[in-house]
Amino acid sequence: MAIGLVLRALRRRIGNDPAPKSQIFSLASVSRSVSTLILAEHEGGAVKAQSISAVEAAKSLGDDNSISLLLAGSGPSLSKAAAHAAACHPSVSQVLVADSDKFAYPLAESWAKLVHLVQQKATYSHVIATSSSFGKNILPRAAALLDVSPITDVIEISNSHLFVRPIYAGNALCTVKYTGAGPCMLTIRSTSFPVSPLLSDSKFDEAPVSQVDISTFGEDSVGKSRFIKVTSQDTERPDLANARVVVTGGRGLKNAENFKMIEKLAEKLSAAVGATRAAVDAGFVPNDLQVGQTGKIVAPELYIAFGVSGAIQHLAGMKDSKVIVAVNKDADAPIFQVADYGLVGDLFEVIPELLDKLPEKK
Amino acid sequence: MKIMVAIKRVVDYAVKIRVKPDKSGVETQNVKMSMNPFCEIALEEALRIKESGMASEVVAVSMGPAQCVDTLRTGLAMGADRGIHVEATGALFPLSVAKLLRALVEVEKPGLLILGKQAIDDDCNQTGQMIAGLLNWPQGTFASKVVLDKEKHEVMVDREIDGGLETLCLDLPAVITTDLRLNQPRYATLPNIMKAKSKVIKKFTPQDLNVEIKSDMEVVQVTEPPKRKAGVIVSSVDELVDKLKNEAHVI
Repeated sequence: MAIGLVLRALRRRIGNDPAPKSQIFSLASVSRSVSTLILAEHEGGAVKAQSISAVEAAKSLGDDNSISLLLAGSGPSLSKAAAHAAACHPSVSQVLVADSDKFAYPLAESWAKLVHLVQQKATYSHVIATSSSFGKNILPRAAALLDVSPITDVIEISNSHLFVRPIYAGNALCTVKYTGAGPCMLTIRSTSFPVSPLLSDSKFDEAPVSQVDISTFGEDSVGKSRFIKVTSQDTERPDLANARVVVTGGRGLKNAENFKMIEKLAEKLSAAVGATRAAVDAGFVPNDLQVGQTGKIVAPELYIAFGVSGAIQHLAGMKDSKVIVAVNKDADAPIFQVADYGLVGDLFEVIPELLDKLPEKK
Repeated sequence: MKIMVAIKRVVDYAVKIRVKPDKSGVETQNVKMSMNPFCEIALEEALRIKESGMASEVVAVSMGPAQCVDTLRTGLAMGADRGIHVEATGALFPLSVAKLLRALVEVEKPGLLILGKQAIDDDCNQTGQMIAGLLNWPQGTFASKVVLDKEKHEVMVDREIDGGLETLCLDLPAVITTDLRLNQPRYATLPNIMKAKSKVIKKFTPQDLNVEIKSDMEVVQVTEPPKRKAGVIVSSVDELVDKLKNEAHVI
């Protein structure tokens, strides 16, 4: 299927070219035409919102980009997710599905092999995953199998081979050019490629779904790793990475009991709860709530930080938020240098007052 | 069993970095350099496994300019048995590092390879996954707990994933990359720093290892991120709620 698309693109290019001697040029331009494979993450029969952001990123690689979503897993939840994938974004040209027990859990060993297999059959110019723990685990391994340097955490796509990514915990931006012959492999920061909210209301043609032929899938590396269990933090609050509002607590909360105030406030604002490394290390909250260089990168519309000093590593995870509010006793705390609204005061007085004075949820 | 740990010399995590005026990179001259924090954790974990009797030797490896030897000495002072320095000048991207590591693995034949999950300078988070792919070994990335079973020849790894924790069981030999939560690295004591001076650091060049350093990537420029506009300090909760509602329109 993907080969077909590439061939069609090839024929179209050559067909449009009037002078036969310029065929070399036209071939060169073909090699520059874009086709993208997106490693899509799915859960509970739906493609994750972050993976749809990857489609948004792929769109900016080139105008005639043919975008394929690759899903792997097994059973009915996979077919449900595939149906969702086909209708999740108008720019998706096709959905590839690998259905096998080998993919029941997203293990890097089998996924990387799958990407290698799919890439060999249909040479994509770009392979994209999101900078989630899924994408970061799998994409570099797949890149090594293809002998390619991957590019992590892309926040801006200048053209099909020029990308901007943060380095040094977001304290510098690095523009890199991919010069290799193999596919250009990226993980993208989903908060930098927002999906238009209008999309969910609009109607468009669904992309075709086809099965990946995995009969040639070797067994050599599969089975060397086994999934045992997953311990998830069950929460009814929105997902931290995609929440519109995030309320974060730091060391200033003093203990886990006090952190409940943050949770209460989050509930009132329909917000996700975040934490600094200090709060996680002190055991106030589990570590998947950590925001920062080594935790999650968030860019919500509103970020409210209570008792957070604003260390470099924490700022790396939140300074792209639209509006930042900081409440801290220490007027010299670095967090006030990035805050749009700062309130110097005791959070133990401010939070109850806020709970009282914030408007009720609509 | 031998454990190999890869360590990187980077600008100290507490340093506020400066972008060079010519946009070619970040100023590293006369800046405090240290061992990458995630690499310290990787080394600490290897030492703990050795101290529990599950490993016989810990080999620390570093790649880059001559000063990497200082970082290796720090590793030896923490307790690594010996060091290997692959001297390479110029930019080393993760793909090259992974290929050099593969060559060293073929020489040293370790049963376990531990790396940090990312270097705090390039923030790539790639090398561990890439070396695992090149060796066709299983990988346990972002590990917050590692339990080795020598008899069964496998290792249980708790991984920090987006929604919580995941437990995997990997056959040895395997590659593990460490998350911050895995352990609290020890400090090197003065006697150990003295002892480290007599430990061996073997030198290799990429040519010795038959690895060609070429890259399919180039850094075009490094710039400062856009600065945020200065905010305002409000005097009361009422004023804050009012601003959020009527000025920022976010609640």
